[in-house]
Amino acid sequence: MKRSNEPIAWSLFGAGGMLLALIGPGLVFTTGFLLPFGEPVATWHAVDAFIAHPLGKLFLLAVIALPLYHTVHRLHHGLQELHVPLPHGLVALLCYGSATVLTIASASWLLVR
Amino acid sequence: MSDSIAIYVARYRPGEDDAPTEQRYDVPLSADLSVLEALNYIKDELDPTLSYRWSCRMAICGSCGVMIDGEPRLGCKTFLREFAGRGELHLRALDHFPVERDLVVDLEGFMGHLETVKPWMFHEAERPVAEGEYRQTPAELERYQQFSQCINCGLCYAACPQFGRDDSFLGPAALTLALRYNLDSRDEGSAERMPFLNADEGVWRCTFVGYCSEVCPKDVDPAAAVNRGKVASTINYGLNLLRLAGGKRDA
Repeated sequence: MKRSNEPIAWSLFGAGGMLLALIGPGLVFTTGFLLPFGEPVATWHAVDAFIAHPLGKLFLLAVIALPLYHTVHRLHHGLQELHVPLPHGLVALLCYGSATVLTIASASWLLVR
Repeated sequence: MSDSIAIYVARYRPGEDDAPTEQRYDVPLSADLSVLEALNYIKDELDPTLSYRWSCRMAICGSCGVMIDGEPRLGCKTFLREFAGRGELHLRALDHFPVERDLVVDLEGFMGHLETVKPWMFHEAERPVAEGEYRQTPAELERYQQFSQCINCGLCYAACPQFGRDDSFLGPAALTLALRYNLDSRDEGSAERMPFLNADEGVWRCTFVGYCSEVCPKDVDPAAAVNRGKVASTINYGLNLLRLAGGKRDA
């Protein structure tokens, strides 16, 4: 039997799920309630300083990329389980491809900031 | 409680029937009558042509698995009183297996999957009998004991939608069996079994639906075992990448 490459997708899926479970609610609360209702100038400076720091960049990349891979992995297998008549390879390419493109875009943006 | 219950059994006689058709049998109802005993009653008193498998009557042999009202269950562990209110129940052969006759399915493929994962002890060097038995601490036993309770009844395969779609999937019981031996402190055969776990037909076909663990009559929790197999396979994948990076060959 041939070795599967699924461990890569599954690791990203697992990491994304774990991250969402641990800090997802906190993330929604911070970005949805705390930041919009804070004092605008101070908030802008705080967020700007956070993004400027390498650890802040790393954190943001993790909370963007890993949940993305988590989501597309779910979609990919979910579509298959619903017997959606689409070619397996094409769905995988669209799902993981879009997550990868968005990850690269986020990483590039974080690097030039 | 009314005094009888209607049991609809999906009959299939190869060479005679094109497809399974339901046949109704009325069986006297009592609170302690199991589905298996009802089948025995039908066979003895109503219709000797009915075929089904059974042996121990106590959820040890794993022979009497059937679909009871669409759910994979053991006939000996399911009682008619559960269905008394509705006054009827429907039986058919286990889903996802080829039907041989009536409630009897062909388990060859399933047995083949169990054998594939090499479910026996491997030792680098066989120890002379004089040196005594291979001993284990209670903690070492605890690691795999739950997974060793499988009775090979096949209910988890009838429950698994992935096995239903593609029977090349090794399936819940075989993957649990592999983990059972990999977790055993006396065994040295992990490397022999990992290639099967690592394959698409191994742990990676599973999407953690979890119905296998729900229907398991022995609380083995195959879904947990398969997911632990995924962790083991992922570690194995990472180590293999390191091996490849070090110029060694693919394992």
